Amino acid sequence: MSEKTEVIRSKIWQEVAEPDNPFAAATCYCSGYDVYGEMLGNARWIEFLYLLFKRERPNHSQAQLLESLAVALANPGPRDPAVHAAMAAGVGGSTHASCLMAALAVGAGAYGGAREVLIAMEAWQACGQNVEAWRERLTHPPGEERIDVWLPIEHPPGFDPHGASCATPVRQTLALLAKLSPGLALPWLEAERTALEAIADCPLALSGVAAAALIDLGFSPAQGEMLYLLLRLPGAAAHALEQEELGFRNFPFFGAGLTVANDPAQRHEHPTGAPT
Amino acid sequence: MNGPTQLLESENHWVSHMGGWFAGERVVFRGQDLHRDLKDLNWTELYLFSITGRRFSPVELKILTALWVYTSYPEPRIWNNRVAALAGTARSTGALGVGAAVAVSEATIYGRRPDIRTIDFLLRAQQRQDAGETLQSIVKDELQRFRGIPGYGRPVTRGDERIPHMLALLRETGREQGMYVQLALAVEHELSVGRWRMQMNMAMLCAAIATDMGFTPNEYYKYAIPSFIAGMLPCTIEAEEKPEGTFFPLRCTRIAYEGVAQRRWDV
Repeated sequence: MSEKTEVIRSKIWQEVAEPDNPFAAATCYCSGYDVYGEMLGNARWIEFLYLLFKRERPNHSQAQLLESLAVALANPGPRDPAVHAAMAAGVGGSTHASCLMAALAVGAGAYGGAREVLIAMEAWQACGQNVEAWRERLTHPPGEERIDVWLPIEHPPGFDPHGASCATPVRQTLALLAKLSPGLALPWLEAERTALEAIADCPLALSGVAAAALIDLGFSPAQGEMLYLLLRLPGAAAHALEQEELGFRNFPFFGAGLTVANDPAQRHEHPTGAPT
Repeated sequence: MNGPTQLLESENHWVSHMGGWFAGERVVFRGQDLHRDLKDLNWTELYLFSITGRRFSPVELKILTALWVYTSYPEPRIWNNRVAALAGTARSTGALGVGAAVAVSEATIYGRRPDIRTIDFLLRAQQRQDAGETLQSIVKDELQRFRGIPGYGRPVTRGDERIPHMLALLRETGREQGMYVQLALAVEHELSVGRWRMQMNMAMLCAAIATDMGFTPNEYYKYAIPSFIAGMLPCTIEAEEKPEGTFFPLRCTRIAYEGVAQRRWDV
């Protein structure tokens, strides 16, 4: 290290080395708290999660809200595209990391994924508890400032474009989180849900409830996007392992589902079967 | 509310113009038989066909391959490549390291965001010029709106060592007079005579070349996805060959803590 020593600047983490090894930490502090000396055994995982992002301990209601949100998001179920992706990796015996990478890649998107939560949180920041502002935002969504690697969102953020009515788990989650919330967004969303659904012309989705909860917890849209990615991984992991064990023969291949519209052989048959 | 109409229509039903596998028999690829009609394509040609549905001339393929070659650096410190090297030193797998490094290449200060924004800028600038606006006003407006123009200036260093080689290839292949290449150079001139002093970087030159070949921003973005891969694997390999954990290890004091003072976690 002859040049000026480059460092990793951090407000989150501090380490004190073991006396016999500069590369081994004897003590680790997270925002000033001794992680292994004091937090371990005393802090709940959800408190540590909050501390990492906010650099402050959550109070009781914040911890309860975040923990309940984590339960609501933990398993979107095997029909969810992100979990489907993890299982598709699992059935082929792909590495377990790739199962989670697949879940993250798919679950990052603007249809039910973390991108949607980020956009919905930006809408909360812009509209707050103002129905008229939401009406303007949902009916005339702000265009992208300029082209990006993300495709523009195709439906009102936080709402289900394929929904017929607000799904029961969404209502159940909203009811509980609104009761727990120390903030304004969730109770207002519960009160105004049907009005907003009428404006959006589609029912509220779990991503919309999550966005309101993350706003009430004081997270930024970027933090909310990260947390939504993270908190949905447990289900993806468990389902990937389950399908790995069951194997590809027990997993839908949609054998008769694909129609090739421009088959040069002009045959009207379906590609079928599974790889051997 | 629409309800699940589209989902019901799509249930177990996917109509594709891109292709499919007729098990044990053949593969249809964008309306052609992969093993008969496309068997003589090289990989770059097939990759470009997969994205655009178009075939490219030998000269175009030479240039489009060169863009990938010229941007493949086995340099383990660059952030995306560093991921590939860290995967090696941490004894992860090659695919995980490269897969993550490719995803990481979708960055804001380099890689995919500048790629899609450079081609978008060129198309918009040309449209505005066609409508009678001067280049000077287009450049000024873009700088005011976005505090920079994608494809000009570069993180870490100012100059771009790839550009003379790429320009030489364009001259060699007779492609240096393309409308968008000339536009990119004209914007660079505009920026150099102004107070901004930003030089064109490789992302802009590549985008200009691709625009001259008829790429849309989305096609170009997808074409660019594998562009750094050839530089990534050497980073992984070397890290795998050396003792585990030895790729730029960080001692505890390399974390410069700037947060709140130590405090008690009261239960």
